[in-house]
Amino acid sequence: MIKKIYFQSIFFSFLFFKEAFAAESGGMPQLNPEFWISQIFWLILTFGIMYFILSKFILPKISNNLESRKSQILENIEAAEKQREDSETKLKEYDEILLKSKMEAKSIFNQAREKALKDIGSKKEVLDRQIDAEIIKAEKEIKELRVKAPDKINKIAIETSSELLEKLIGSEINSSSISAIVNDLSKRNGDKYYGN
Amino acid sequence: MAANPMSQFDVYRIGPEIKVGAFDISFTNASLFMIISTVSILLVFNLGSKRNSVLPNKMQLLAELSYTFVAKMISDTAGSKAKPYFAFIFSLFMFVLFCNMFGMIPYTFTVTSHIIVTFILASFIFIGVTIIGFIKHGFGYLKLFVPSGVPAVLLPLIVVIEIISYLSRPISLSVRLFANMMAGHTMMKVFGGFVISLGLVGGWLPLSFSVALTGLEILVAFLQAYVFAILTCIYLNDALNLHH
Repeated sequence: MIKKIYFQSIFFSFLFFKEAFAAESGGMPQLNPEFWISQIFWLILTFGIMYFILSKFILPKISNNLESRKSQILENIEAAEKQREDSETKLKEYDEILLKSKMEAKSIFNQAREKALKDIGSKKEVLDRQIDAEIIKAEKEIKELRVKAPDKINKIAIETSSELLEKLIGSEINSSSISAIVNDLSKRNGDKYYGN
Repeated sequence: MAANPMSQFDVYRIGPEIKVGAFDISFTNASLFMIISTVSILLVFNLGSKRNSVLPNKMQLLAELSYTFVAKMISDTAGSKAKPYFAFIFSLFMFVLFCNMFGMIPYTFTVTSHIIVTFILASFIFIGVTIIGFIKHGFGYLKLFVPSGVPAVLLPLIVVIEIISYLSRPISLSVRLFANMMAGHTMMKVFGGFVISLGLVGGWLPLSFSVALTGLEILVAFLQAYVFAILTCIYLNDALNLHH
């Protein structure tokens, strides 16, 4: 819409001005050939000089700048890529070292554990042996005591029974007959109490 | 007469009259703005290419963006064979762009609003492209006028149309730029005149229109330079890579 108005107004303004100013200033100054040669001359001169300077000095410099920047950026990217690769390999190495040291630590730990277990085992054995020896010794003592105990009890029984009998009867009794009876009794009942 | 919208296109002599033989090559306001444009281009791109830092400053960025913009335009439309003509198309684009843009400053002269200037540029392109075409393809370049896949009955007509369209290239190229520039600047002047004549009461409408037109004209200034350059690339493409 705006475009249409714009072009229409241009068109009408042309019609208008051609009529209004044709007589006054000889129409469009562009169609006045008075300075055509001058314009052509100056156009060729200025444009030619500008073209010469641009094509010989300025444009090669700009293209050079662009190229050098491009190559520099490419180089930098390459270097960055290389560094990235380097860091990746380093990371890999680091991981490997970490893994290795972990395994080492594990094996050391295992060794230490085994050793400790072995130590404990041997010490336990020694202790067990000592304990066993003590137990055996104690058992021996108990056995001895057990063997001796009935005799002592018998003796006490004989003494007490002879004393009791003396007090009951009032006369002394042959201790051998009492001891025979006690021994006989203890033999019969001893199985019950001692289990042997 | 300052109120005349066409008076901004007047060419007048600055300094003495210079004559070489029968030709008047006096220094005019047109010459002045050609020099201003070319010197600005050289200054901008010289500053933009002076230092080569990896992180470009503003001038360098401007120069390099322009360079890559034109390089991409050429390689997109004319292919890699057009590389030797890069400097010419770059100069052409920058010259037209700077002349158009300088014309947008009030009280300046628009070099490209003169048919003779655009016509000389366009005919130079036309002749150059034609010569390149004949050098590259010999008389095979004439195949350009014989499109493939056209029925034999239509061929004479098509060939005539093709030749006419080829020969009208410099005219269309030059008139497009010249007419756009002249029309835009005339419009701006007309609306500027309306602002004065309608005064404080009614002048605001043409003033706002004038502001909008300025934006549009800056767009047109860039666009016409771009169109001029890209059409040159297309013509060059016809000459370099003959499709038929």
